[in-house]
Amino acid sequence: MADTIKHHLSDDLLMAYSAGALPEALNLMVATHVSLCDTCRAQLESYNALGGALLDDADEAEMESSALDAVLARLDDVTEEEPRPIIVGDVLPAPLRDYVGGGLDTVKWRPVGMGVKQAILPTSKDASARLLYIPAGVAVPDHGHRGMELTMVLQGAFSDEYDRFGPGDVEAADEDIEHTPTAEAGQDCICLAVTDAPLRFNGLIPRILQPFLRI
Amino acid sequence: MLLDADASTVDIAIPIPQLAVGSGKPRKMTGAPGKPADSQPDWVSCLSRISEERDRAAFAELFRYFAPRVKAFLMKSGASPAVAEDCAQEVMATVWRKARQFDPARASVATWIFTIARNRRIDVLRKDRRPEPEDLPWGPEAEPDQEDVLTLQQQSARLKMAMHTLPKPQRDLIERAYFGDLSHSEIAAATGLPLGTIKSRIRLALDRLRHEMK
Repeated sequence: MADTIKHHLSDDLLMAYSAGALPEALNLMVATHVSLCDTCRAQLESYNALGGALLDDADEAEMESSALDAVLARLDDVTEEEPRPIIVGDVLPAPLRDYVGGGLDTVKWRPVGMGVKQAILPTSKDASARLLYIPAGVAVPDHGHRGMELTMVLQGAFSDEYDRFGPGDVEAADEDIEHTPTAEAGQDCICLAVTDAPLRFNGLIPRILQPFLRI
Repeated sequence: MLLDADASTVDIAIPIPQLAVGSGKPRKMTGAPGKPADSQPDWVSCLSRISEERDRAAFAELFRYFAPRVKAFLMKSGASPAVAEDCAQEVMATVWRKARQFDPARASVATWIFTIARNRRIDVLRKDRRPEPEDLPWGPEAEPDQEDVLTLQQQSARLKMAMHTLPKPQRDLIERAYFGDLSHSEIAAATGLPLGTIKSRIRLALDRLRHEMK
């Protein structure tokens, strides 16, 4: 997939993920994209290297005199930690499977209207994450944003007034952008969408529904 | 706003491309092997003694160097000395536990420990879950190319030296961004500097590091 991704995460986001300064939902977006995108993984590793250099060069805070012995004594109890198994072929990369509790077939979709479905993922409240299911050819209601919305394609593709987004691509929309993403014909489109504030819809009915849909 | 999405900052030039090793494709990197750039203990072989021989003396050596740094890092992030002490001990126990997952062709030991400490900070200070990227398909067992290991470790040492060339205000901001558990907007609030100044200083610092790494 690496060679086909055209829309990447911003350096701001990658640096903030590396520094551990993002809300949980955005961490989920970065971890998911990096799972699929070698370019951003390499970039993230550069930022991690910066953190490593800072740590290496940092001041020291004296540890308690018993600390080393305490940890050495504990090493007998700790078993080696195995990396999580790699599952190839599911539409959902590992970080998303952790949140869904399984693969794509276990997602608990809720209808939003016009065949569009969503599944809100449990994250801390300062930002929100959900999976979106848009049937092929269907448009998501025109909406503006409070804050920022990142939408990453997991399957299929969508286009809006500005560009086309295929698997692995991330669209970043801020509050100045009003757009109507439309799933391409041929394959239903599945996306991960993350906002750092609730969406607002321009049509009246969607706005009334918004508190109930939690979007 | 948790994210600063204004267009002026989205296109920061790629900061330190020579360190961008994780392309997922060939592990080859540019740069000729040479002598290590500084005289630190060889943490890579220290860690391999831990992972392969469960060598407690090697672990003690690593602990004496890194635990106080991890503790200081956590205290700068707002942890009390007692919490930072506990966390630093846990971070070092995690180093023991996960030693086999360390890949010296992808990170220096300091970088690897930094990511463990950062994750621990998110667990403890924020109590959030912490999604991590999928592991690369070849897994940690694949034997890394020794030349790649050498090159990456040298690059890491050079990056550390390059940081000493940063003017103090730029270095302070980078450190706040990494150690302070703060978004750029929160740094602006904490320092009283305009957000634009923060962003441009961080960008200048990254540009400068990139230049030093050439």
